[in-house]
Amino acid sequence: MDPHAIDKAPDAAASWPDQIYDVLKRHEIRQVALVPDAGHSRLIKRCLADHGIKVITLTTEEEGIALIQGAWLGGEKAVLLMQSSGVGNCINMLSLSHIHRCPMPMLVTMRGDFGEFNSAQVPMGAATQAVLEAMGTLVRRADRPEDVAPTVEATIRMAFNTFRPTAALIGQRVIGAKTFGKD
Amino acid sequence: MLAASGRLDRRELTRALLADRGEMAVIAGLGAPAWDITAVGDHPLNLPLWGGMGGAAMIGLGLALAQPKRRVLVLTGDGEMLMGLGALATIAVQRPRNLAIVVQDNEHYGETGMQETATRHGVDLVAMAKGAGFPRTMLVTAPEEVPALKAAIHAGEGPVFAVAKIDAASKPLVLPPRDGAIIQARMREAILGPAAHHQL
Repeated sequence: MDPHAIDKAPDAAASWPDQIYDVLKRHEIRQVALVPDAGHSRLIKRCLADHGIKVITLTTEEEGIALIQGAWLGGEKAVLLMQSSGVGNCINMLSLSHIHRCPMPMLVTMRGDFGEFNSAQVPMGAATQAVLEAMGTLVRRADRPEDVAPTVEATIRMAFNTFRPTAALIGQRVIGAKTFGKD
Repeated sequence: MLAASGRLDRRELTRALLADRGEMAVIAGLGAPAWDITAVGDHPLNLPLWGGMGGAAMIGLGLALAQPKRRVLVLTGDGEMLMGLGALATIAVQRPRNLAIVVQDNEHYGETGMQETATRHGVDLVAMAKGAGFPRTMLVTAPEEVPALKAAIHAGEGPVFAVAKIDAASKPLVLPPRDGAIIQARMREAILGPAAHHQL
């Protein structure tokens, strides 16, 4: 990967992005809404290559919250992929889940979380779990690669079985911290 | 259909757009559009919103993608649309042919004391949708233009984006069912049948 990229993608040898894709397929997720994040780059490629999944690239993350509800109204399951900074954009829109009892699973790659280089990522990264929980979201974390798929699985199951917002936070320790070549 | 101001009456416009709606699903933005669709006849295929300001068009997109053979109409206000302008880009890229967005533009925030919105100062939502790439855009200011808007909503050659300039006056409140869970569940049942409540 490009050592000067702002964001860090998982190592090619890492299998957890493919495992997330397998979980999405098992749960018949038909719409994947996202604002791109390097941590999700491999998963995004897998989704784009799959004609059974509609990938909706958003201009801002709260669009994805509303989209998930629309998909659910029409009988399709959707998930929202985003970086921790995007969580802050979703907060009021998450009201829709509580107003309508709508399942809303979110898969969040963390920044500002573990060995972060960029100070701009720290305020929202440090607040991600607290603000999600303040909005009634069930939040589960994975900080080891082997925990990612089970955490995503649990997050999707809890959303669609109990009709609420849920989030899997994929720790920066799993993804790796970007150093801008300063390490 | 015209108010004393010479602009369209919002309730009469809504009534005309929803007459003979067939199986069309309707998402109404919070505030007056939600009261409007309820005033002209509550319906299981209506989703009047109580919250989520800025999200109406994106709810319409998710539904339109999930149900590509069904017409989906998002009826919302200028304030609600202005809060989610990025959705115009997102929707134009997805190009759902069955989705129409109609903004009832009174150029004011009607629920909060009639403060002026950006459209009062010349912001052109139709131009924005056109710039985003919507294949069909319309500005509707007169009753004789409404049949063409209705035809566009039902043509399935969208996404359609239209602004209807309406009279600013507020209408009597006609509140939709209060429980959003019921509003959502009844639309799901109308679209998916009883399986809506068993699907996992």
